[in-house]
Amino acid sequence: MATASKSAKRRYEIVENKGNSEDVDDIIEAQVSDNADDSTDEESSEYSGLEDDEEDDSGDEEDESAWEEASDEDEEDDDEEQDMSTNEDSEDDSEDKVAPTAVPIEQVESSTTAEEPAKPVEDEYAYDSSDEEDLRNTVGNIPMNWYDEYPHIGYDLEGKPILKPKRGDEIDNFLRKMENPESWRTVYDPQTGQDVVLSNEDVELIKNVMGSRIPDGSYNPYEPWVDWFTNEVMETPVTGRPEHKRSFIPSRIEAMKVGRMVHAIKMGWMKPRVPKDTSVERHKYYLMWNADDKSEDVRRIENPIPAPKPRLPGHAESYNPPPEYAFSDREIAQWNRLADTPYQRKFPFVPKRFSSLRAVPAYDRFARERFVRCLDLYLCPRAKKMRLTIQPEDLVPQLPKPRDLQPFPTVCSMIFKGHKGLVRTISHDPSGQFLISGSDDQTLKVWEVATGRCFKTFEVKGTVRCVSWCPNSAIALVAAAVDNNVYLINPGVGDRLVQAKTDEILKEMPAQTDYLIPQRVRAVLTWNEPDKEQWASGFRVILTHFKAVKHVAWHSKGDYFSSVMPEGDNRSVLIHQLSRRRSQLPFSKSKGLVQCTLFHPLRPYLFVATQRHVRVYNLLKQELTKKLITGAKWISSLAVHPGGDNVLVGTHDRRLCWFDLDLSTKPYQALRHHGQGIRAVAFHKRYPLFASGSDDCSAIVSHGMVYNDLLKNPTIVPLKKLRGHDKFDDFGVFDVLFHPTQPWLFTSGADGTIRLYT
Amino acid sequence: MGPMKKKYEAGEATKYITRAQALKKLQLNLKDFRRLCILKGVYPREPNNRKKAQKGKLDKKTLYYVKDIRFLSHEPLIWKFRDFKVFMRKMKTAMEKGDKETVARLKENKPSMKLDHLVKERYPTFMDALNDLDDCLTLCFFYSTLPRDTKVPANLISLCRRLTVEFLHYVIAAKALRKVFISVKGIYYQVEIKGQPVTMLINHQRGFKPTSASDVDYRIMTNFVDFYTSMLGFINFRLYHSINLQYPPKLPGITVKEDATDEDAVEEYNELVAALNSSLVTNVPQAEEEVQIDEFPSAEGAEKLEEAKREAEAIERLKSLFKGLKFFISREVPRESVVFVIRSCDGEVSWDPSIFAGATYDETDESITHQIVDRPSVDKQYLSRYYIQPQWLFDCINFRRLLPVEDYFIGANLPPHISPFVTERLGDYIPPERQMLLALQRGETLPAEQEEEEEEEEDESEDDSSDEEEEEGKVEKKEPIKSQVVKEKKGMKVMRGRVEMPDVKGMEEEDKEHYKFRELMIRNKDKRLYRSMMKNRRNREREAKRLENKRKQHEKEEKSLKKSTSSGKALTAKWSIQPLSATSDTQTKKMKMM
Repeated sequence: MATASKSAKRRYEIVENKGNSEDVDDIIEAQVSDNADDSTDEESSEYSGLEDDEEDDSGDEEDESAWEEASDEDEEDDDEEQDMSTNEDSEDDSEDKVAPTAVPIEQVESSTTAEEPAKPVEDEYAYDSSDEEDLRNTVGNIPMNWYDEYPHIGYDLEGKPILKPKRGDEIDNFLRKMENPESWRTVYDPQTGQDVVLSNEDVELIKNVMGSRIPDGSYNPYEPWVDWFTNEVMETPVTGRPEHKRSFIPSRIEAMKVGRMVHAIKMGWMKPRVPKDTSVERHKYYLMWNADDKSEDVRRIENPIPAPKPRLPGHAESYNPPPEYAFSDREIAQWNRLADTPYQRKFPFVPKRFSSLRAVPAYDRFARERFVRCLDLYLCPRAKKMRLTIQPEDLVPQLPKPRDLQPFPTVCSMIFKGHKGLVRTISHDPSGQFLISGSDDQTLKVWEVATGRCFKTFEVKGTVRCVSWCPNSAIALVAAAVDNNVYLINPGVGDRLVQAKTDEILKEMPAQTDYLIPQRVRAVLTWNEPDKEQWASGFRVILTHFKAVKHVAWHSKGDYFSSVMPEGDNRSVLIHQLSRRRSQLPFSKSKGLVQCTLFHPLRPYLFVATQRHVRVYNLLKQELTKKLITGAKWISSLAVHPGGDNVLVGTHDRRLCWFDLDLSTKPYQALRHHGQGIRAVAFHKRYPLFASGSDDCSAIVSHGMVYNDLLKNPTIVPLKKLRGHDKFDDFGVFDVLFHPTQPWLFTSGADGTIRLYT
Repeated sequence: MGPMKKKYEAGEATKYITRAQALKKLQLNLKDFRRLCILKGVYPREPNNRKKAQKGKLDKKTLYYVKDIRFLSHEPLIWKFRDFKVFMRKMKTAMEKGDKETVARLKENKPSMKLDHLVKERYPTFMDALNDLDDCLTLCFFYSTLPRDTKVPANLISLCRRLTVEFLHYVIAAKALRKVFISVKGIYYQVEIKGQPVTMLINHQRGFKPTSASDVDYRIMTNFVDFYTSMLGFINFRLYHSINLQYPPKLPGITVKEDATDEDAVEEYNELVAALNSSLVTNVPQAEEEVQIDEFPSAEGAEKLEEAKREAEAIERLKSLFKGLKFFISREVPRESVVFVIRSCDGEVSWDPSIFAGATYDETDESITHQIVDRPSVDKQYLSRYYIQPQWLFDCINFRRLLPVEDYFIGANLPPHISPFVTERLGDYIPPERQMLLALQRGETLPAEQEEEEEEEEDESEDDSSDEEEEEGKVEKKEPIKSQVVKEKKGMKVMRGRVEMPDVKGMEEEDKEHYKFRELMIRNKDKRLYRSMMKNRRNREREAKRLENKRKQHEKEEKSLKKSTSSGKALTAKWSIQPLSATSDTQTKKMKMM
């Protein structure tokens, strides 16, 4: 402000130097160094520093009021103005405060550098124009961030770009900030790209605005009150009218009223009020109920439900409880821990022993508890609920005792040892005298059941997936699925005549005169004769498939058998006829991954188990008769009741499903008593028994009685869990098999043993 | 085909109404509605299907029966509420105008409500009313102890006091007290009225500690008490009527005029009534009927009949438990509860006249048999009486017989006070004191002292008998072997068959496995229920086990403590029971002393 007029003169000098933009860098450097020097001076006082500048009065010196409005008055006398600025006269104040008065920082900094040559920078504030419109930047009032990407910040009157003054890097700025005592009042002006030091007036103004005071500091809101209209009562009234006569004479109408009242009192019409004793009347009790139980017809609320009675106290609530109910230190700590969630506490109080009745304090939650009870009574929704009066044992179904359902296998009486790998599959001969087992050690072994002796061992190349003894007792033949082949083997045990007859039958291939093997079958399978060596070791026929065979099953007559190749898609199931050495592919479409197939024991049906469902096909009509829905994820095994109407399905997801084909396609009963997936299921031919073997190393024998009466559903009773096998590679029991005549159970396990339970 | 059916226009949806709808229908504000519901006993209902009842809306709402709300709308009280609103408005204007005369006139004509019809309507039979008496009594007792400066109207407090005292008088006169229990919350009393148990809780009368407004809203409770006072008054009237007492209660020998103006005299009289120490005037002197249980010859119910008989006997005993005993109460003992307990079991009682009016005899009276004290020691003791702690009275009532006073002597370490209200389920923990009580109820006598003696005897004889037994055992063991050998030596054809012991362990295991299989066969529908029931049972068992162990531990510690100090009595000895004839014995003794 003070130097405003000087700046006006100085403007010309800078205009001359305006062109020297190339020196800008040097000058800024000089300024930085100067700035360091000046810092001590400037710290002492803002004003003193400024005044010094003026006294120096050098050519390049800039005044702080360049930013200020250079009004006409400003350009008058120097000395006067100087005084005024320091004293902050009221005259100029209004203008000063309205206008943003600030000084570009560089001017302050360079103030002491008097000896420096004329300033070449195109400094906006060199021109004393304090009006923003007067700035030489012609871009107007636009958001200045539009120029962020450019080296200039606008154009001067001649249309030349005005370059941005250099701002140095962060460290420079920081150092400058640290060293400059004015930094707290320095702001960045986006219009010019320069730092501006706010003047005292500006700071005052900002403070006032922020403190929500009147921006003009000089305004006095508490000026003395001028009482324009007096509040004193005048001594002489406005009107001097005398009071009316009426105001002295008693009212005639009132006299009449009083007269009427007096008359009424005399006549006894009007009586003084008798104070009512409401309390006595209200609390007058009488005999409300004449009898105890008889009720008169009263309108009541709909279907009233009496409120449940409050809970009666237990021993813990006693003032002197038995010692076991009083809280120990640990319990008290726990009680305290639940301070935020008091409803989780066992009691709302701490059970504790008081030495005498006198020592018991008042219960501080008493009023609260009464209040909560009241709330419950009128706010809680009520409903009638049946209370269960049963014991949990009543829910458990009554099953016949296993003792009454004997015989069934209970003890492991024999262990067949000899295999070196997992025993995947076992099968017995029709009489039950021999047992054949197939193992991962690429052998088949024939055992005698009675002695446990291994009679024979057949070496095959590959793991044995399935063995199945021909149910026809007239021939001695075993079908074994090994990799891609199905071997028909004469085991060479038992009746010699039968053996010889079997050999005779199989010696010569029946003549295939007018039969041409269909192309589809030929692509899948070939019937091969064994060579001499193989013949000598027992192999009679070899069926070579195009994919690995997982399962073989004989028809009950012993002439047909089926083989399953799960990877064969629509050619996965094959039915072979042994006598004519013919095969056929019954299905043209794939219905999923076929797990196993079984023939119906009596009727011409074929059960095909895919991953999720079991389909029952009529082989004569060549159509689907039923589709059993197991609800399981993966079926592992299948067994058909000798009666043919009941099917047992074991699944890898631990479920054992019993289907009654007459009832529905959904399981009649699903049992989940195995700990792990079920590997095999089996029915007994004579006794009402079935068994399941699982990966949890156990087999469960159950009673499954099927009645001839169609109205009676089968009864299923789990009887006994048979343990004994060891776990190997997460596998337990692989196969279960009942003896054909005795209530005995064979199980083969992953530990390489076969066990006989009797 | 008729018009299409719209959803929520029939069935469950039309049965219920939300609270907001009800307010709108009744044209009441929430405050008045709440009051009306409290007085009329209307409460929200839980619908069977909430979604249907709320017409498809899922947020939980307070639902009332539409019929209930319709029923409310016919209530004349609603008009009283409106009158009261008008009255308040008029009062307010008059007060603001400073019109004192109008204020006085209005006050005189303040609308008042009578709730008699509500009592009749909510409880059509007397039994219904008795069934709902628990809350009523507890709240009225609580209100009667409130100080006058609470937000509750003072006349309501005094009314509560009057009614509760009347009720206590009835219990004393009818000898209806059955069970008592001192808890940390207060004292529970169970009273049997017409075969119905009524339990009330009376708070310990210590200083009143004001509660914050957020904790307790006295306005709501006052609404309840408004109704409860009417109800209790009518019940009292009926009860007094049933035992031929005059209502309102009258003391014999003192006459106070009905419309007495002297307030002090009335107050004095009320205090005398509240002293509970004298029996009331009866209308007609009645002869007591001896009710005997008829004997019905029934084979299966024989045990039950026996039990019922025993129970009746015990109750009869309880009614005159303190007969012939003369008590004196020290000043530190809660007077009212002790007097109530003693008087309802036919005892005589008095106290220092400076505590309360109505004392009948002095401390110096030589015929006093028991003095109830609750302080560690008394300076001047009379030899002719027992100084006992108040718990003795309460325990005696719960046990329904006089317990030995030794355990309750002044300054003695009291035996635990157990709750008589507990009904144990299978597998619950029963503390030994409770077991004792149950055994007594079953009619067994536990001669604890005898047992102890026997134990001692056994200890003495142990040395002798053990040797003998051992010898005997040896002989027995030897004998059969010898005999067998002899028989074998003889070489006769037939050997005596041996009895094969059944494989108990194997059978048990089998049964266990069978049960497991049965568990697996539970229907899916019941599986969850079964599991939760079993879980609860297991938790209960665990809790019982925990308590049992804690008790054992405690007893062990006690024992070691006692051993270190001196040889004390066993716990069971503490609970030795006085013979039943004790009462008469003491009586005769006292007579002699006199």
